[in-house]
Amino acid sequence: MRVVEIQGSPDDFLSGQIAVVDADGIRKETRLDVVDRWPDIGDYLIIHAGFAIHTLEAKEAEINLRLMRELAENVAALENADGRS
Amino acid sequence: MKYLDEFRDQTLAAPLLDELRRSVTRPFRIMEVCGTHTMAIFRNGLRSLLPEGLELISGPGCPVCVTSASHIDAILSMAEQPKVRIALFGDLFRVPGSNGLSLAHASSQGAKVDIVYSPMDSLELAKRHPDELIIFLGVGFETTTPGIAATIMAAQNNNVDNFAVFSTHKVMPPPLMALLNDPELQIDGLLCPGHVSTIIGAGAYQPLVEEYGLACVVGGFEPADILQALIMLARQVGQGEARVENAYTRAVRWEGNARAQQMVSKIFEPVDTEWRGLGTIPLSGLAIRDSYAQFDAEKRLDIKLIPAEEPRGCRCGEILKGKQRPPQCPLFGTRCTPGNPVGPCMVSSEGTCAAFYKYGG
Amino acid sequence: MNPKNSILLDHGSGGIASQELISGLFLKHLDNKILSSLEDSAVLENHPGKLAFSTDSYVVDPIFFPGGDIGTLAVHGTINDLAMRGARPLCLSLGLILEEGLDLDDLERVIISIGKACKEAEVPIVTGDTKVVPRGKGDKIFINTSGIGIVAEEVNISSTMARAGDVIILSGSMGDHGITIMTRRAGISLDGNLASDSASLHKLVALLLDGLPADSLHTLRDPTRGGVATSLNEIAAAAHLMAEIHETDIPVHKEVRAACEIMGLDPLYLANEGKCLVLVAPEQADETLKLMQSTSVGKESAVIGSLKKGTPGQVVLRTAIGGSRILTPLHGEPLPRIC
Repeated sequence: MRVVEIQGSPDDFLSGQIAVVDADGIRKETRLDVVDRWPDIGDYLIIHAGFAIHTLEAKEAEINLRLMRELAENVAALENADGRS
Repeated sequence: MKYLDEFRDQTLAAPLLDELRRSVTRPFRIMEVCGTHTMAIFRNGLRSLLPEGLELISGPGCPVCVTSASHIDAILSMAEQPKVRIALFGDLFRVPGSNGLSLAHASSQGAKVDIVYSPMDSLELAKRHPDELIIFLGVGFETTTPGIAATIMAAQNNNVDNFAVFSTHKVMPPPLMALLNDPELQIDGLLCPGHVSTIIGAGAYQPLVEEYGLACVVGGFEPADILQALIMLARQVGQGEARVENAYTRAVRWEGNARAQQMVSKIFEPVDTEWRGLGTIPLSGLAIRDSYAQFDAEKRLDIKLIPAEEPRGCRCGEILKGKQRPPQCPLFGTRCTPGNPVGPCMVSSEGTCAAFYKYGG
Repeated sequence: MNPKNSILLDHGSGGIASQELISGLFLKHLDNKILSSLEDSAVLENHPGKLAFSTDSYVVDPIFFPGGDIGTLAVHGTINDLAMRGARPLCLSLGLILEEGLDLDDLERVIISIGKACKEAEVPIVTGDTKVVPRGKGDKIFINTSGIGIVAEEVNISSTMARAGDVIILSGSMGDHGITIMTRRAGISLDGNLASDSASLHKLVALLLDGLPADSLHTLRDPTRGGVATSLNEIAAAAHLMAEIHETDIPVHKEVRAACEIMGLDPLYLANEGKCLVLVAPEQADETLKLMQSTSVGKESAVIGSLKKGTPGQVVLRTAIGGSRILTPLHGEPLPRIC
């Protein structure tokens, strides 16, 4: 889910480290106490039971996606070359 | 949803499925360690599409499934106490103890039981009910434990004194080693959990490669992720290799999440603990350290765990070890159904038996 | 909350306090000739045809939510149960069980809602009853509505009329009501465009009855508790047929999907309060879809699958990636999952 707002800071233990995340217009608060990298607005978070466990940049997700798509295209190309469908 | 829908796309999944079929060059067995993988494979209809020769068996990665009856009995005894309110994740609500009763039954008899989405919600409950002791049931593997650790820290920082955690938390690599030491167990590779690996890192499976020569691939939960991981497993097995590979790079790194790991070791320490169906496994559980004893429900309420008999006929143990499939259990679908579960494998939304019952073989 | 503005035990006693509640609140917003006569029963005119009779009780918590409240649910729900047998709803009864201490403003808000829903649906409340239970023995307000409708002689709509080959049409997006309620319950807070879809469907049904040849409209079902999956299981079991639906054809609003994803819930099992499944002979499917899409409650109608010969009672979902899985009926309350 995409980060749209951040409250608190990594060293702030009293008043809650929270990010507001958005997905398709649904907004939710999520805790940042255990996230690996402090996110920037626009980063994506992997969330479990109300806690962010991983921050990823859109770039990293795109790389993962691109590798899969390349694999898929190569497979399709192979099939076309073989004459299979 | 962004970065979910793309990995569910048919245009991506179809060629990956073809590639998987091409990669399966000999019959082999993969253990899906994680209950979320079991559910995802059924839910997406992947089970019906997997090629012949690829056999998937389920492992011990369902935290509710492996919670022993003695732990459930302890939870029920806490729920009976007048000034206690139990907060928990939904999955545990219907799990039966040694006499067949669950928190659902306790709730119907007046026990205060609240299902929450996040452990932090139980701090809200503590604020709202200052005259009650709120006990959060800490169940889960490494994905969940950091959040509970953070909740205990937040309770301490905010001087919440009517809150405690009953920890039945467990860690992942030890039960895998216990299973793999069983000579009857024949598997070629492991589909390693996605979000547990986000915390512990892909590197955590290196010892399994070195000691058991198993192919290990970390996979995500969307169809394309699962197919990608299975392709990598099939290729390793086909080529007679064994190494750790990460197919879920957008969420998992080799070293994992250091901040979360530190938070956990600050609050918890490893202990021996009982796994339903697997017995006691050394250093496989997490107990709250003495320095945080005031947040430890076991110490605060002086809970003694009483060893409990597993329900008769229940094959959860064999199913968790991947030695049997749900339909081989004499109780499956007859005495044991999601509406009337005997063992946790049927109750939990991630349970192998529940998945089998809901989605078919 | 103002103690002077609350429901008291006296309000349920049948005495002056009760009368004041009836005339000052109920008749103010629900007025019609039959109700205002305040007789022990409503006596209705004779109507040719078969009588349909349905009852439902409403205990939803919270009582107010985006898209409706317990009052609108109570009106639409019973109207829909009548409509699902092809009945023209005639009238409703309204039974209230109020908890001592319920804020009168909240009660008035619910009654106003009921009045508005009845007026729009053109189905009046003709008889009612109110009881008050001591504080702690209820949960603010419980409502029962029963309804009477008329089914034309030649109309025969039920799940046993479904036939192999029937096309299954869903009248709009799935899961809106269920996810709205689950996210509004204490402890779970999501912001976003989620709202209950609570609506009356009898006018849509009347359009279909008028516009389609007799005997082509076989089954109607509103997928409330248990969702589309459970309703399809019921229909398939009654018809001794197999239902097959296609994941990518089922309309789900993206907000609903996102919220379900976050909470670990499946929209196929979440309640809908303003939608219906329509099973119709295949040669009339296109016309049925067109008629449904011409209404405001059915504008997102879509063909989602069909009934086939196969394992009787089985419901199969063809998934987005081309696989299949079996949809079993819901066993209990949907619970948010941790993983």
